[in-house]
Amino acid sequence: MPTDLRINGKTHQVDLPDDVPLLWVLRDEVGLTGTKFGCGVAACGACTVHIDGEAVRSCQVALSDVWGEVTTIEGLGTPDAMAAIQQAWVEHQVAQCGYCQSGQIMQAASLLAENPAPSDAEIDDVMQGNLCRCGTYPRIRAAIHTAARKMQEA
Amino acid sequence: MASFKRIARRSFLIGSAAIVGGVAFGAYYVSRPAPNPLRPAEGEAAFNPFVLISGEKITLIAPRAEMGQGVHTTWAALIAEELDVTLDQVEVIHGPAATAYYNAALLGEAIPSKGYDKSRFMHSLGEALGHAGKLMDMQVTGGSSSMKDGYERMRAAGASARETLKLAAANRLGISASQLSTKDGKVVAPGSIEIAYTDLAAEAAGLEPVEAQLRHRSEWKLLGKPQPRVDMPSKATGTAEFGIDVRLPGMKFAALKGNPHLGGAMSGLDASEALLMPGIEQVVDLGNAFAVVANNTWLALQAAEAVVADWGPAPIPATQGEIQDAIRAAFDAEPNSTLRDDGDISAVPQGAQEVTAEYEVPFLAHATMEPLNATALYDGGKLQIWSGNQGPLLTRNHCADALGIDAEQVEVNTPLMGGGFGRRGEMDFSVYAAKLAQQLPGTPVQLTWSREEDMTHDFYRPGAMARMRGAVKDGSAVLLDGQIASQALTPQLMNRWFGLTPAGPDTTLVDGAFNQPYGIPNFRIRGHAADLQIPVGAWRSVGASFNGFFMESFLDEMAHAAGADPLEFRLALTRQELAPAAKVLEAVKEMSGWTGKTPDGVGRGVAMTYSFGTPVAQVIEVAEEDGLIRLKSAWIAADLGVALDPHNLKAQMFGGMAYGLSAAMFGEITFAEGAAEQVNFPDYDSIRMHTMPPVEVRILEEQSHISGAGEPGTPPAAPALANALYDLTGKRARRLPLMHDFNLLA
Repeated sequence: MPTDLRINGKTHQVDLPDDVPLLWVLRDEVGLTGTKFGCGVAACGACTVHIDGEAVRSCQVALSDVWGEVTTIEGLGTPDAMAAIQQAWVEHQVAQCGYCQSGQIMQAASLLAENPAPSDAEIDDVMQGNLCRCGTYPRIRAAIHTAARKMQEA
Repeated sequence: MASFKRIARRSFLIGSAAIVGGVAFGAYYVSRPAPNPLRPAEGEAAFNPFVLISGEKITLIAPRAEMGQGVHTTWAALIAEELDVTLDQVEVIHGPAATAYYNAALLGEAIPSKGYDKSRFMHSLGEALGHAGKLMDMQVTGGSSSMKDGYERMRAAGASARETLKLAAANRLGISASQLSTKDGKVVAPGSIEIAYTDLAAEAAGLEPVEAQLRHRSEWKLLGKPQPRVDMPSKATGTAEFGIDVRLPGMKFAALKGNPHLGGAMSGLDASEALLMPGIEQVVDLGNAFAVVANNTWLALQAAEAVVADWGPAPIPATQGEIQDAIRAAFDAEPNSTLRDDGDISAVPQGAQEVTAEYEVPFLAHATMEPLNATALYDGGKLQIWSGNQGPLLTRNHCADALGIDAEQVEVNTPLMGGGFGRRGEMDFSVYAAKLAQQLPGTPVQLTWSREEDMTHDFYRPGAMARMRGAVKDGSAVLLDGQIASQALTPQLMNRWFGLTPAGPDTTLVDGAFNQPYGIPNFRIRGHAADLQIPVGAWRSVGASFNGFFMESFLDEMAHAAGADPLEFRLALTRQELAPAAKVLEAVKEMSGWTGKTPDGVGRGVAMTYSFGTPVAQVIEVAEEDGLIRLKSAWIAADLGVALDPHNLKAQMFGGMAYGLSAAMFGEITFAEGAAEQVNFPDYDSIRMHTMPPVEVRILEEQSHISGAGEPGTPPAAPALANALYDLTGKRARRLPLMHDFNLLA
């Protein structure tokens, strides 16, 4: 039976088995490839999206369990109209390979929504589930601080 | 392909005495220019293989793997600098697989010299050998060689295109080209006349390319300054297209599964249960692996677990202990190389104190963030493949061979890569996708590896051991005699790439040891090749990844035995041998405020490794807090000779260090029954936000040659941390990963 999903403000009808993880619904069915597959076991954070504003690992949320509105990296901003946090990422030239960055940005966005001026220790706590094999962490941290400032000024 | 292999066998032996034959042949062969692979349409001008201008836009070709190192941006900046365009005026693409995109620098580095003492003759020999890259189909991204390779050629490509455009404008205006200048994608003529390059494309297309002199560095507008990366906006918005993001009309999604017992055969396949699972369309036998084809990758991955395959045994010792024994046994065999043998190591000089130590490091996986994958479409005897790869021509040739078609029938598309680190220089993931596509003619298919498949089917960084013997006297090193034992990876790699097995010494076995710029009067390094069939390959910084740890840990032990400060000890040994190596040590000394003393509960370590032409020094500070050891700070200094993009180079340096720290702290692959025992990130962790120290990086430009950036940040990381742990705890780290012997914050 098709399932209705609200993703980035649009409704999508999805016809896949109930246990297919949201990650693979987004990537292979809806065509939103900004959300990445990294490990499949919630150990790297590359698949992080928001459900009703909460950061979740989409590889662990079955289609039938999606409880609210899904926001992916594509819903946060676009190259022509970036969110403040994405602008901060560009300003600090954070990405190297870039593969983990959608998940990093989604995790950081939910952090800033709850905590507009996080300390380094708070950044450590919230961001440690997001792996980056290129080691971009120092610039991720700097970009989060910059984004926090931008969002407070806005 | 057949003739190509014959040429390669006859003329090329890497790292051996037979190099001269390769050079002579190479020099002859490269006198013929490689054909331009760009096929300009009507009204477009392809000035050379790197600059394409149409009536609408300027496209620069950066035919190197963009796997995070920023190569597309800096490569384009080299062209743009001379072409007089800004990076926001151009589109930068990877372009097709083509001989014209050979890497001249990579092979040139293969000469078994120390590198830092290369004479003019050795440099020209290296250059001549490098041009053999053209006939070797070496469009390869690796060896930290892209900027060395492109530094002059790409500026020349830009300059030639600029002068050709000026000639087109001069012809149109009926004046001399000497009256024209160029700026921001336009030719400027007297009387404030400006003509856009795009407006001149059609006329320029008919002209012979003009040669031009390169500008002096003082005239540079882009190079030497930070450039916004061309891939940054797309990577911040999820719109960057990696290999795994390729979507084609009617595309199927497939999952791969191979024999976990590495190198073992697949002799039977029962897919009956899998075929009953939802969304599953077929299970395809790929020889020594199978693919499950579905309408969704996850459904395919699930069904792959339900397929029962008859896996043959691996040609690998059954236990990790036996593998370690095999590496250890190599010490007793004749050395594979003695690439440094200065002075006399036979006796400890009179009055000197002898120091000995043994070290061991494990096998390592690459663990790129993007699991391996490739997408292919086979139709009408032609193959199109989308593969995040570090060697497009090799990918083309191997796919063609596997399918029994001509290389000309294969089109290789190279999207962005979610990390490479050497893993994407292999062809296995592309060939599997090609073979699968051949079984589904007319239907595009994306073949994805699970993380588990990726981690358990790597070409691993080989495990290695070292036996070090040294002597110190009057506060300095007077003797260093090192033996390194490991699998020689070059023969495996060359066999996979070209079907040839080079004879002679494998430089990678001792790279980062024999070529270290320490003026120790009695200095010998021998490499010993272990007889093992574990699949091994190039892992960021290759041999220097383990030899950096061996050398710099032992130097530290010698310094302590000599009663010397470890940083001053290294400074004294490098000053005469290679001044830039001393300069990077002095830089981290100053940056870190190194005094040689640390308070209780704090430890500091230093290490310096010269690799890929670049000396890099690192200082790491650790502290014990609540019984856990935490990395508090790090300082890096590196000398690149010419710093084309300082901001990006800093990222390469701290990123390289992070990659080295991940391995040093947590990285380990062990084998049981020939199968890797670590399968996913919970078993193979990395440095993370809370464990990564703040880093300060300084880029120096003392060296006379431009040198590599992607790899040299990695080797000093493990020994700098190990030496800091010794300073903190008094316990010497002689094996990795450190998590086994130290209570590290994880």
